[in-house]
Parts: sequence; structure tokens; C-alpha cells
Amino acid sequence: MLLVLLSIILLLASSALALFFSREPSRAQDAGAYGAVAASALGLWAAVRTLAAGSAETLSLPWSVPLGSLSFCLDPLSALFLVPVFLLTGLAAVYGVGYLRSYAGSKPLGLAWAAFNTLTAAMVLVFTAANAVLFLLGWELMAAASFLLVLFEHDKAQSRKAGFIYLAAGGAGALLLMAAFALLGAGSPLLDFASFRTPSGTAASAIFLLALGGFGLKAGFIPLHVWLPEAHPAAPSHVSAVMSGVMIKTGIYGLIRVLVFLGPWQEWWGWTLLAAGCVSCVLGALFALAQHELKRVLAYSSIENIGIILAAVGLGMVGAAHNADRLAALAFAGALLHVFNHSLFKGLLFMGAGAVLHGAGTAELDALGGLAKKMPRTALLFIAGAASACALPPFNGFAGEFLVYLGAFKGISSYPAVALAGVLAGLSLAVAGALAAAAFARAAGAAFLGEPRTERAAAAHPPDGLMLFSMYALGALCLAVCAAAPLLLVPLVSAVGAGFGGGFGAAAALEVPGPLVYISAGALLLAAVAAIAAVKRRSMFPAARTADVPTWDCGYAAPTARMQYGASSFAQPLTDFFQPVLRKLGQYPVIAEYFPGKASFSTEAQAVVYNAVYAPAAARIRDLAYRFSWLQHGRLQIYIMYIVVTLLGLLLWKL
Amino acid sequence: MEIVKPLTQYLAALLLAPLLPGIINRVKAFFAGRRGQPVLQLYYDLYKLLQKAPVYSRTTTWVFRAGPVIGLAAILTSLAVLPFAGRPSFLAFDGDFIFLLYLLGLARFATVLAALDTGSAFEGMGASREMQFAVFAEPAFFLGLAALARVTGQTSLAGMFGVLTGDLWRTAAPVLALLTASFFIVLLAENSRVPADDPNTHLELTMIHEVMVLDHSGPELAYILYGAALKLWFFGALIACMVLPRHSGSWAGDTGLFLLAMAGVAAAVGVVESVIARLRLIKVPYMLITAFAFSTLALIFQMGR
Repeated sequence: MLLVLLSIILLLASSALALFFSREPSRAQDAGAYGAVAASALGLWAAVRTLAAGSAETLSLPWSVPLGSLSFCLDPLSALFLVPVFLLTGLAAVYGVGYLRSYAGSKPLGLAWAAFNTLTAAMVLVFTAANAVLFLLGWELMAAASFLLVLFEHDKAQSRKAGFIYLAAGGAGALLLMAAFALLGAGSPLLDFASFRTPSGTAASAIFLLALGGFGLKAGFIPLHVWLPEAHPAAPSHVSAVMSGVMIKTGIYGLIRVLVFLGPWQEWWGWTLLAAGCVSCVLGALFALAQHELKRVLAYSSIENIGIILAAVGLGMVGAAHNADRLAALAFAGALLHVFNHSLFKGLLFMGAGAVLHGAGTAELDALGGLAKKMPRTALLFIAGAASACALPPFNGFAGEFLVYLGAFKGISSYPAVALAGVLAGLSLAVAGALAAAAFARAAGAAFLGEPRTERAAAAHPPDGLMLFSMYALGALCLAVCAAAPLLLVPLVSAVGAGFGGGFGAAAALEVPGPLVYISAGALLLAAVAAIAAVKRRSMFPAARTADVPTWDCGYAAPTARMQYGASSFAQPLTDFFQPVLRKLGQYPVIAEYFPGKASFSTEAQAVVYNAVYAPAAARIRDLAYRFSWLQHGRLQIYIMYIVVTLLGLLLWKL
Repeated sequence: MEIVKPLTQYLAALLLAPLLPGIINRVKAFFAGRRGQPVLQLYYDLYKLLQKAPVYSRTTTWVFRAGPVIGLAAILTSLAVLPFAGRPSFLAFDGDFIFLLYLLGLARFATVLAALDTGSAFEGMGASREMQFAVFAEPAFFLGLAALARVTGQTSLAGMFGVLTGDLWRTAAPVLALLTASFFIVLLAENSRVPADDPNTHLELTMIHEVMVLDHSGPELAYILYGAALKLWFFGALIACMVLPRHSGSWAGDTGLFLLAMAGVAAAVGVVESVIARLRLIKVPYMLITAFAFSTLALIFQMGR
């Protein structure tokens, strides 16, 4: 526990130091990165120790803030969320030194590092706080720090728009959470988590809905996701990795914590989570397929993965409502394992996308191509990350999803209601998996394979050693998690027990070991067979001659880069089929003459939910706000008067 | 000496799989009134290709070379899990069919990336269609397995086929028949057979799988052709296990019957290819959705039973 607090202090101190050195970019980089790496090492040690021991540590100090106390709790659930935080922020800091180097002089790197380390500290605070005021402090600090990072390239209009939407979403979410905590802590002197009493049925449902909205806005499941595909791509790539990899998980963490406070679960909560999760994972993958920019593809894939986690939690809750504890334990363990796995591969993928952006100056898929020749290592690592994201063995994405599938199949041979939940969860995972495979084959293919489509892509340069180091580390972890899956048994079981209740922990201890052993056996078998096939292939023609020939192309002798399949054409059969959902805009040439001249076409992926729901709602709110514009005079004296009147009012009310 | 039987089964699958395309071709030749290729033609082709030096386009990278290796490795691994004649192979565990489903996904992913690595419009087109059809085929296959799990109350393939006896066919015939039909449609689509695809037309734009591997040559093409034969074996074995519940207790008798059923499945594919024309490309998803509907119906029937 003390080590974790020490890492928070270290992070905040290095933030201040980075800000202090804001005139000297290289020193600011050093201050930020060394602080982040040292704090990671400290925190990782503490979190891993807690997971191995399976016990909770608490620390409580008085605090002068009303209703608040400096209460911290490091239990296996917190630790399971903290391990990826420390892993990913440490590696992202190393990556960031290389990535931000080219911005020295043009951007305030000191501020960027200060915000980055504050973001990390705030996340650690959120995952360890055991008091609602402290929790919300961390929550808001996290939102503020990441807001600054989203605005890193504030000279771009798109970044400013992203920042604004992000701010609005964060504010709305925090309001809902305050209401939820206020209801939870009604009647207790301090808003300590330990002092929350189990609410009655209706109040519990209200708190559940408030928490679902508040935490859902951070987790970014559909339809609360609108800020995510705007904000994640706008931030610098190592920050996108942290935001997508771990920051959105604070929403999942909060939801799990609140579920425990609420006492006996009602079945419809589980169905709600299951429905939201199924919709998010299928639509997230489908929207990812339609995006034209690499980082936006990854952002939508995060929505998909949050959907998978949420669906698993929902499936487990439905199972628990029907006393199917073993099913629930498998689903919960799968959800938590996927939380961990997603942070690894999504971190890797965003770093890969950052290397593309860094090397080629653009991440527009239709402007890239052929980067595998210019940056072969990045290509290898990105493809490995893509395979993980598609849950393909022997990469880690498969492990968590396998547990969820297994839970679903346990349900299928059970009562009709549980069977329906199992079918829904499993089917959504299968559809989302197939769509994600299409989306990632398209993204990796368009960016890295074939011929470069533009001069910028042809002139791309590889990332530097620091960036590669972080990506290699994450790639190795992606492989290791699947191969060494049985090692995760103890952490998973204790985290399920700490997060969802001891009964599920006990059930997980019975159900999870077998699958983990088989996951690793399957992965190792596959690796061995692949190695044999590769060695056999190599032994046949040790020195294969590479003739200098073009692609055969059925005998066509002059293929050009423009003729190859692009990202739009690759996705077209599927996006056309799902056009009623995607509503992409397009302009297609009409050929009316025998010898048509030049033609052009364009397609644009719309933000469907934003345009259909949020934009009209925002316009309505703005119209309403205009009616009160007479309150806004822009005169300082009047604002001071407002403040004084409010304070007086509060004073009178309290008297 | 319990290891001997799985080993024999595995080797039998590896050795006999290239026979299946030969049987299909002979059946098609019979319907067309020709003599047709030798049944062993694929063995000759593989032998010949393994002797040849490959040619690589200057556009390609390591991805192009890794594709066939990973594709073959994935399907070889999946055969080590797939039951043979309703009996377990090396690995059998709860949820093993999910592992199989994702191994097939890995093979597809590797093949598609290798195709995109050539920078050719033809191969990009094939890759795009392959991914499109997978989006429809995978849910159909998944739901079919879910229904099978519900019918048998088992969660591993060996367990499912172990309890799939003649008695179960008597009581749950509609469910099992629907599932067999659904799996057969998935077999046709996944193995790029008529009516989803046409393995004979090497130069037509409607092709899917064949067009993806246009640029591969020599040993890599051998890997791909062999992998395709093994994949046909994979789906054929699923259907053979469905329609041929274990009767005798003897391993040799079951194996012989299973191999006969495999030949029967191959012959059925040949008959379908002879009497049905290839569907228009945009109709293929409808065929796969039909399979999906069959699986869903089977599940609903089973829930109501």
C-alpha cells in the first residue's frame, strides 16, 4: 500500500518537475519519463505482490474535506486493474520520449509530461480510493489531465471538437456519479466505501442506473461512446494507448465496485449489461471496419472490447440470478482477464499506429501502404497486436474470450433464461470476432502491405529504439500471457473473489484452472506445429532465389499502386451489407458514356449515434441555454454578485 | 498404449485428406460423362510442387511467405483436436470447438494478409470476399455448435459425438438434420466449393479462395493446397460424425465406417457441384444466412423439446 502511495507522490512530483522544466524540452522529457518509469516499477511490485498474496491492504487517514477521508484499499481487484496501469504507463513513457522528440520546440512538452504523469497518478488514485470524495477527486483529475492531452494538437479543429465533446461527456458522467454516491452514502457521516449500507430494492435500481450512466460514459460502450472515437485519436499516440488501454477500464472497475455495494443483484441489471455489451461489441467492430483512419479503427475496436467485457459481466450476473455460480465465475474471470489482455494489445496497437503517424506523417489508411518494407519490425508487431485483438491463438486476446465463451456454453445447456443469455453472449462474440478480423486485416493490409499509395508512405522512416522497445515488450507479453496462462490462475481467482464476492471466487477456483491449462496447451501446440512447418519449409529451399519480378496478377505486366485494393474497397461488400446501420455517405461516379473520362469517388464513415441522437439533443440544450443568456452580461461585478448571493443562500439554508 | 490410436487416427487424416478432392473430381467427371483425373491427382501435384523453386514478387515481404506456413500450421493443429470417428484425438477439452473456430480464423487471417501483401487487385478482391463470407459463416457455425451442445449436454466435441447415438437421432431427428444441413452449407462455403465459389475457374473475378493464392508458387502453393485438403477433411469429419453415430464398439469397425462416410461426404460435395450452378456473388451471403437460420431453428426446436 505504501509503495502505491509512494508511486502516486513520485508521479505528482515528477509532474511538477516536468512543468518546471517546460522551457527545456529534453529535461522535461527526462523528468517526466524517469518519474513515470520509477513509479511504474514501484507500483507494479506492490500490485503483483497483492495479487500473489490474494489479501487486501487498507490505509485510512483523516482528511479535513467534508464527507471525505484519506482511505485507500489495495485488494486483488484493484491490483488486477493496477498492473496494466503501471505496465502500460511505464512503457508508454519510454515510447513517449521517442515519440515526442519531434515535437520539441513546437509544443509544450513540459505540460504534456505533467499531464501524462498526473493522469497516471489519478488513475492509481481511482483504483485504490476507498472513499467516494477521494474517488471523485481522482476521477475528475483524470478527466482534466486527459483533457489537456487530447488538446495536445489544439491547432487542429478536430482536436478542439474532440476536446469539447470529451469535456461534456466527462462532466455529465461525474454528475451522475455524484448522485449515485450520494444515494449510496445517505445517512453515513463519511462517504467511505466501507460505511455504505445496502440500499433497498428501488434505491438500488436507481443507483445501478446512475452508476451505469456515469461509469458507462467513461467506459465508452454504445450508446455512451460518442466521445471515445474523437478523443482517443486526437491525443498523442502513447497517450491514446494509455487512454484506450487502461483509462476507459476505470469505468468497468467502478461499475464492478458499485455492484458489490448494491447487495443482491436483480436479474434485469444483468440483462441490461448483457444487452449493452452485445450491442457495443458487434457495432464497435462494425464501425471499426468502416473507419478511414488507423487510430479511429483502434478507438472503435476499444468500444468492441469494452462491449465484450460488459457482456461477460452481464452474462455472469444473469447466471448468478439463477444460481449458476460456475457459469458466473467463468464469465467474471473472462471479463477480468480480458481487461488485462485488452490493455496489452491495445497499447501495442496504438503504439504501432503512432509509429506509422510518426514515420509517414499520416494515419489515413488510403494514403498508406507498403510500410512493411520501410518499418518491418513495426509491421510484425502491429500484425501480432491485430491478431491478439481478433482473439486469434496463440495471442492473449484469445484467453479471456475463451473463458467467456466457456461460460456461455455452460449456460446453453442450462435453464432457458440462462441459455438465452449464453446464446446472446456467445453469438455476439462470434459475430464481433469475425467483423474484427475483417477490420484488422483491412487496417494492417492497407497500412503495411502491398505498394505505397502516396509519396509520403514511400518515404516513411522507422521508429527509433525507445519506441520499438516498448512495442517489443508489449508484443512479448501478448504471447506470454497465452502461453503461460496457468500462472494467471491465482490472480484471477482472488480478483474474482474480491470483486464479485467470495462465492464466485471459490467457484472460479474450481472452474478456471482447466481452461487456462488447455489455453496454454493449445497455444504451445500451435506454436510447435508452426515452428515445424516453418523449419520444413525452410529446409526445402534454404536459399530461395528472389527473382526481381512484379506481382503476377494474371499476366498483367504493368500493375500500379493505385490498382491495388484499398481500405474502402476491401470493406465495401460488408459496409454495403450493413449500410442501414452504418449510413456511410458516398459519392460514386455514374458511367454514362462509352469512353468515360476521369472519375472520382469518396466515402465517409459517419458518427451515426452522435449525428442521430447527441447532435440534436445538444442543439436543443443550446437553444434552451440561449433563453437564459440574459443572465450572462460579461461584467465581473455581476458575476461576483451571483457568487455572493449563492453563498449567502447556502449560509441561510444551513442555518 | 493408448497413444497409438490417436496417433494412427492423426496420421490417417494427414495421409488420406488429399483423397477427398480426388473423389469429388471423379464424381464430377462421372456426371459430366468424362473419365476425369486420377483419384490420386492431388498427391502428384503436391509432390511436383514441392520440387519447384518458388518465385516471389518484389512487392511482397515476409508476410507473404509466412501466410501459407501459419495457415497450414493452424489447420494441422485443429486436426489434433478434432475427434476422429467420434473418438477423442490428442487434445480434447471443454470448449475445444471454440479453439478450433479461432484456429480456422487464424488460418484465414494469415491467408488474407498474404494475399494483400501482393498489392494485386485480384488478390485484394478475393481477400475482401473471404472476410465478408466469414462474417456470415462463423455465426452459423457457432450457433450450430451451440445447438449441438444443447442437444447432447456436452461442451467438448469428443463428448458431443460420444453421446450422439442412434437413439438421439430417433428422438431429436429434426434438430440433428437441420444441424447437418447447416454444417454442410458451411462446409461448401468454407472450402470454396460450388455454389459459393468455383475451384475450377482460375481466372475469373468471381473467385474467392483461388484468387487469393494466385501469386503463391512452389512449396508454398503445396502448403496451401494441402491445407485446403485438410480443411475439407475437417468439415467432412464433422458431418461424418453427425450422420454416423457410433454403432459397434470396435475401433477398427468404427474407423472403417467413418472413412466410408467421409468418402460419402466427398461424393455429396461432388454431386452438389455437378447439379447446382454457382450462385451470383451477392447471393452467397443469403445462402450462409440460410445456414444461420437452420442453426437457429435447430436451437429453438431443442429449447422447446
